[in-house]
Amino acid sequence: MTTALLGSRRGAIVAGVLLLVALVLPKLVYPVLAIDIVAYALFAVAFDLLLGFTGLLSFGHAMFWGGAAYVSTILMAKLHVSFPLAVLAAIAYAALLALVVGAIAIRRQGIYFAMITLALAQLQYFFAYQLGNWTGGENGVQLNGRGTLFGLGLENDVAFYYAVLAVAALGTYLVVRMVRSPFGAVLGAMRENEQRAIALGYRVDRYKLIAFVMSGTLAGVAGVLFAIGNRLSGLDGVDWHTSGKVVMMSILGGIGTVFGPIAGAGIFESLDFFVSKTAIGDKTNIVMGTIFALCVLLFRRGIVGELLALRGTKRAKT
Amino acid sequence: MALGLSVIFGMLRIVNFAHGAMFMLGAFVAYYGLALFHLPFYAALVVAPLVVGGFGWLVEVLFLRRLYGLDPLYGLLFTFALVLIIEDAMRLAAGALGSPYPSPPGLDYTFSLFAAPFPAYRMFVIGVAIVVCIVVWYVLERTPVGARIRAATEAPVLVRALGIDTQRLVSLTFAAGVALAALGGVLAAPNQNVEPAMGDKIIINTFAIVVIGGLGSIGGSVVTGFALGLLQTLGAVIFPAFNDTLIFLLMIIVLLIRPSGLFGTAAAAK
Repeated sequence: MTTALLGSRRGAIVAGVLLLVALVLPKLVYPVLAIDIVAYALFAVAFDLLLGFTGLLSFGHAMFWGGAAYVSTILMAKLHVSFPLAVLAAIAYAALLALVVGAIAIRRQGIYFAMITLALAQLQYFFAYQLGNWTGGENGVQLNGRGTLFGLGLENDVAFYYAVLAVAALGTYLVVRMVRSPFGAVLGAMRENEQRAIALGYRVDRYKLIAFVMSGTLAGVAGVLFAIGNRLSGLDGVDWHTSGKVVMMSILGGIGTVFGPIAGAGIFESLDFFVSKTAIGDKTNIVMGTIFALCVLLFRRGIVGELLALRGTKRAKT
Repeated sequence: MALGLSVIFGMLRIVNFAHGAMFMLGAFVAYYGLALFHLPFYAALVVAPLVVGGFGWLVEVLFLRRLYGLDPLYGLLFTFALVLIIEDAMRLAAGALGSPYPSPPGLDYTFSLFAAPFPAYRMFVIGVAIVVCIVVWYVLERTPVGARIRAATEAPVLVRALGIDTQRLVSLTFAAGVALAALGGVLAAPNQNVEPAMGDKIIINTFAIVVIGGLGSIGGSVVTGFALGLLQTLGAVIFPAFNDTLIFLLMIIVLLIRPSGLFGTAAAAK
């Protein structure tokens, strides 16, 4: 297993450091950027549950992220549903979507799995594009405010950030518990040798589907946090570039680790933000793409994975 | 133009995400060729594939070669990074908005087909596609080079032992596949705006085609790619609103009925 980080004292230290960084983050960068970073971090963790721990590369995870974002913002902006209800509905949507997509996609493996998830995500993209009355087409859905939770206003960016952080921490904790459980061990076994897992009597399809639904649902949670944090959901949320972005974050940070994707998301988002302030403007993908290409060519274990390898702990899976 | 993608995947087991970007580059070569050197459309049909194919060859030799033998997913990821770089580089160079490319002389009229107006240019595209399909099939199945390429994909070690330079074959095949994408780009240029994002849609469609056709059989992917290309071309005329979703619905149906694809074998699905 590659979850060596989690149980050890060192793992606790890393988690503590990350939490500390997360707590002071709104002081370091704009609060809304901090919300973005944490939302993406949860998205990347959810994604890595699938890629790193189950061995399935989904190239359509934006459909849960962006789809749930649409559902929550549409419910709030157009139907005036209250914040908690809209969020719950959006998460339910992500879970249901993950169930359907997962049931189709797990019929194939590897590259085919990636392509099927990609194509299905694009299907949702086209629907979102066609249903401009609801989704606002190119303009997206804009929220006038974030609404209230238990009578508390959510408009303060810093306060909302800490709410987002709490949810993301909870989600991450859930993933940690999951991959360390017997269930997580079965996922790892499937990743390493699916035939043997089948021979041992595990119903791998069921395990894959559960992992897929878990991952998709958490991605949906992250998408909702992101959308409400920005008071906006749009087509770029369901676009395949977003699916690619989470792949890049996870691999940059190190797949098969829990903290890698978090670090990857943080580095990616802040780098992206600072590059966008330079002369090349919003064409940040030249830089991000180059970094990612180098990452794939030279250090496939990602940042955290390479650090682990350097320190001579258990070898992270490349 | 799923053909190039199918050829590359079938032969090399690399999913070339950058195929759409190459498609876009082909269109841009045609566009700049016309704007800067008054390169006529019919010449662009030859020049653009050569230029972009050469670029593809460089990419293969410099980068992709290092990723063979790893999980094919890394090839996919690398080419994805390539898409981001190429797209934004073109956005920087040419601006995000598209530029129209004039219809080639002699083909800018429409005629009626099944009582619906049908542009002559589309007919020309279909014609070219048929010719290209036949040529690709012929090269792969009936010439010594094709035989070697097929052999190199089935048993690379043995072929190398026979003294054939498989690395060069691989580069050549990749470049040829990329050149086909560029040809597709040139063909598409008069139909739509030449813009950096034009490859995006195409790549998703080609992926769907790949899943529907089921790879591993060259003939199968050529037939599927072509049939679906035809379906889409006709679909664009008959019911434009649903054209984009049509292919995905088809993909889902195929997956549910025949998970290995229409022409794929069960072994190739793994």
